[in-house]
Amino acid sequence: MSEQAAATTEERIEKLQGLGCARKRVEDARFTQGKGNYVDDIKLPGMVFGDFVRSPYGHARIEGIDKDAALAVPGVLAVLTAEDLKPLNLHYMPTLAGDVQAVLADEKVLFQGQEVAFVIAEDRYAAADGVELVEVEYEALPALTDANRSMDEDAPVLREDIADKTEGAHGARRHPNHIFTWEAGDRAAAEQALASAEVVAEELVVYQRVHPCPLETCGCVASMDKVNGKLTIWGTFQAPHAVRTVASLITNIPEHNIRIVSPDIGGGFGNKVGVYPGYICAAVASIVLGRPVKWIEDRMENLSATAFARDYHMSGKIAATRDGRITGLRCHVLADHGAFDACADPSKFPAGFFNICTGSYDIPSAHVEVDGVYTNKAPGGVAYRCSFRVTEASYFIERMVDVLARKLDMDPAELRRRNLIAKDRFPYTSALGWEYDSGDYHAALDKALAAVDYPALRAGQKAGREAFERGETRTLTGIGVAFFTEIVGAGPVKNCDILGLGMFDSCEIRIHPTGSAIARLGTISQGQGHATTFAQILASEIGIPADRITVEEGDTDTAPYGLGTYGSRSTPVAGAATAMAGRKIRAKAQMIAAYLLEVHEDDLEWDADRFQVKGNPERVKTMAEIAFAAYNQAIPGIEPGLEAVSYYDPPNMTYPFGAYVCVVDVDVDTGVTDVRRFYALDDCGTRINPMIIEGQVHGGLTEALAIAMGQEIAYDETGNVYGGSLLDFFLPTAVETPTWETDFTTTPSPHHPIGAKGVGESPNVGGVSAFSNAVNDAFAHLGLTHAQMPHDHWRVWETAERLGLHG
Amino acid sequence: MIPAAFDYHRPADLAGAVRLLAEHGDEALVVAGGHSLIPMMKLRMAQPGHLVDLRAIESLRGVRVEGGTVTIGAMTTQAEVIASGPLVDACPILREAALQIADPQIRNLGTVGGNAANGDPGNDLPAVMLALDARYTLEGAGGRREVAAREYYEGAFATAREDGEILTAIRFEAPPAGHGCAYEKQKRKVGDYATAAAAVILARSGGTCTHASIALTNLADRPLLAAEAGAALAGTAAGEAEIAAACAAAQAIAEPVSDGRGSAAFRTRLTGVIVRRAIERALATAA
Ligand SMILES: Cc1cc2nc3c(=O)[nH]c(=O)nc-3n(C[C@H](O)[C@H](O)[C@H](O)COP(=O)(O)OP(=O)(O)OC[C@H]3O[C@@H](n4cnc5c(N)ncnc54)[C@H](O)[C@@H]3O)c2cc1C
Repeated sequence: MSEQAAATTEERIEKLQGLGCARKRVEDARFTQGKGNYVDDIKLPGMVFGDFVRSPYGHARIEGIDKDAALAVPGVLAVLTAEDLKPLNLHYMPTLAGDVQAVLADEKVLFQGQEVAFVIAEDRYAAADGVELVEVEYEALPALTDANRSMDEDAPVLREDIADKTEGAHGARRHPNHIFTWEAGDRAAAEQALASAEVVAEELVVYQRVHPCPLETCGCVASMDKVNGKLTIWGTFQAPHAVRTVASLITNIPEHNIRIVSPDIGGGFGNKVGVYPGYICAAVASIVLGRPVKWIEDRMENLSATAFARDYHMSGKIAATRDGRITGLRCHVLADHGAFDACADPSKFPAGFFNICTGSYDIPSAHVEVDGVYTNKAPGGVAYRCSFRVTEASYFIERMVDVLARKLDMDPAELRRRNLIAKDRFPYTSALGWEYDSGDYHAALDKALAAVDYPALRAGQKAGREAFERGETRTLTGIGVAFFTEIVGAGPVKNCDILGLGMFDSCEIRIHPTGSAIARLGTISQGQGHATTFAQILASEIGIPADRITVEEGDTDTAPYGLGTYGSRSTPVAGAATAMAGRKIRAKAQMIAAYLLEVHEDDLEWDADRFQVKGNPERVKTMAEIAFAAYNQAIPGIEPGLEAVSYYDPPNMTYPFGAYVCVVDVDVDTGVTDVRRFYALDDCGTRINPMIIEGQVHGGLTEALAIAMGQEIAYDETGNVYGGSLLDFFLPTAVETPTWETDFTTTPSPHHPIGAKGVGESPNVGGVSAFSNAVNDAFAHLGLTHAQMPHDHWRVWETAERLGLHG
Repeated sequence: MIPAAFDYHRPADLAGAVRLLAEHGDEALVVAGGHSLIPMMKLRMAQPGHLVDLRAIESLRGVRVEGGTVTIGAMTTQAEVIASGPLVDACPILREAALQIADPQIRNLGTVGGNAANGDPGNDLPAVMLALDARYTLEGAGGRREVAAREYYEGAFATAREDGEILTAIRFEAPPAGHGCAYEKQKRKVGDYATAAAAVILARSGGTCTHASIALTNLADRPLLAAEAGAALAGTAAGEAEIAAACAAAQAIAEPVSDGRGSAAFRTRLTGVIVRRAIERALATAA
């Protein structure tokens, strides 16, 4: 018997570094040494550079474009405008939301920063000089930047290209600036619940326009090989296969002649899901010039022109009994989509999964209605580190529950406890139509409240308020309690698709003769650590150590088709595919082992990394031995090799949840807030790698802090964008980031092969509400029910001012 | 974010720099740490045809404390100020203010001279120089002259410095031993300019505040000396009533703009709060 075989099962499991192991991230060696390979690191022979002329206006007619001065700049090769793209029918491109978007402005510009012309030059400097010299003559038009006014009778018509279309991709349009109306739930029942309620609380909850702001901006290198007709695009793509299909459909280049590669990606957070004019222009320029063309956004372009997030104006009514049983919920959303509807949502869900807005509560009747409208703002509406519109939904319900608690004069944690969906109700079907897979919400809330000693926190807050009254301090403390349920892992092909592409995902595994492996997936990591965690899933499934499994993603010529990484879908969907493909490998391995051990397959049992004959632990074949046999023995009835592929269509979404508590001290004279404590309990089902989970939670909470306390992309009435640079757009550094306390419970998903639910986005979804609830809570005793985000110094000071705290 | 073309010069001595500036007139700009100028060039808000780098000029570096007089060479970096023992002993407010500029990477390159000469109302050191009543030495083709910091700032990026003049050194009398000081700055995040900031330097003898000077950052189109605010404290016991009067006087001269940091009304009202905190801290540190 080999030495290895002598190890106990537990020891061998530990060596695999499979599920549950806090394995170090295999990606980090290259990142920490500056050896990552991002799009802008790609340098090809003969490569040239593209740069955009962008609109200084929010709304204007283009009277003329003069390229001559730009073309005279040494090194400038070409200047593309809409006129050049028209013959190719590429001046507009389809968006993921069923609308079209101008690739280069066609007669009109509709937002500040919109792409007007594309200058291609030998180097970046010449391109920038060329951009400066393209002369565009504009006639300014009145800008529409208040979504509340979009459907006014006298509102300027923004989209002349579709002004007379009365049907949009999601039904009838009532106004030229109207995109869609979408509803869910039972309106009559919800109205009835409100009409007959003992208590109704109402609030307008605005989730301001923000931006995912990945550290690496968007960009690509497009290279047309004129010899074989193959177009390769390296780019910051969160969904490379979808990009390939879309590229094929709009260029008519056969799909096998397009190769999309996502190299290392420096954060996506939803910003890199969509298709941007830069990609199209770079591809066209490469086709025209026969040279590789690189386009890389700068920070201001990224913040002001590529996809924003949120901008949801949510009017809510929540009904309850006097003793705090929620009986009904209504919500109307005015959704500001900007100049083109370029949201990234599954086709049938123009408002994403906003109808998860009953949250974690057992609410018997509910109705939501969402009106999407155009404004003179950048297009987008992506899921910034959340599943589609889930952060908006979660923020809405968590604020409404707090507002209701004020009205009932009840502790917000207690009100939550009374309404959380009970453990024995799962699978639970919500009034808005989702089937929650599993949960133990009360256990999570109780654990969280005990961990922070909630009663002591409230007692401290009370003492502080009394001291404030006596004039001994100018600080007020707020305690924010938030509970959230996410809906992630889109999704079942029967109702989830993007541009007709079902939202399954995939994994293909090849076991090498010497017992190591490569797995390729249809997803693409942008920092999530897939190469680490997917190898762990496989290690547990097939008994090959995670260190001997290469995980590869992002090259459409080699990876199996998949819909990419966003909406916390990688683990729920591609992770499931990985487990299922692993099980196929194991099934074949079992047949091989049976042959080698001369027993019937049913007489074998799996033991961590080997099959053993039942009742005879001496007779084993390790996975490594089996792999070798698969390649060097002729086994009757079994094909050589050991490979498998799985395409996984999830039967349901997964529903991670959590309970967060935030304690914030507010200086009422300066508006400065100090997060004294933040506790986050996450339940993401089976935990694949606790260290990666903790890292994801830290990152997501930091983004939640940023959103709640400062991020905003604002526009003035003439269409100027504010917040378009990191001077103003709040990206916290370590200095602004408090200490995070993380915790967990584990409630596996019953329908996922390994019970995992996804975690990358939970902290953003739950975190924003916790911060906002805390700031609002600081002033609750003074009559404040709701103050809008962001809770920056100025707004917090204004709240204190409105409440008369400045004497 | 790519600057227009320019020629780069790196003279070895001051005379060479002055000559280059004279030669190229308003086509030329000096570059010190580059942390205000280069961002402006990348935005193409500044497009100098010639960039004259002062980095190689040794005579512009270093801090001297002689008797009560402090001289700081213009090319001394903000990080060097923070680390300069004698300077920090003589005048701790400079260290305190410098530590609130941007972040360590920027302070490693950003210079005292660049910060003071620039004329950006957001820069932190000018208010400190006003409070210290510092004098700026300027040298150009026409020779050398001195300008009081209190006379130097005329508006946003408008200063008493003529084209072709280089700020070579900053000189001031160190405040008396045992003085109290504070630089109080409210900002949104690391690397941000002040929402409101105040420099306070005062001295006490017995129960009396014998001297007080107060200056404000980023609350107008230039740094402001709050002379009346200082006068409200000087010669008094600096009790609650006098402090309130000083804060009111400082607030009265604030003319901030509305920007991403908040409305003008908020920033004006914040002025009084920040000045009060600076005064209280300065009083607490005074012997
Ligand atoms: C992200 C960021 C955050 C920042 N935050 C702050 C902050 O909080 N507070 C703050 O005060 N500053 C801040 N700064 C600015 C920083 O302190 C700069 O370093 C400083 O303002 C300018 O010094 P410099 O040596 O870099 O000058 P440069 O950028 O080289 O020059 C600035 C200007 O002054 C002129 N100039 C420079 N030296 C001389 C000289 N000796 N004689 C004549 N003219 C001269 C130049 O021609 C130019 O017009 C920040 C900068 C950045 C990039």
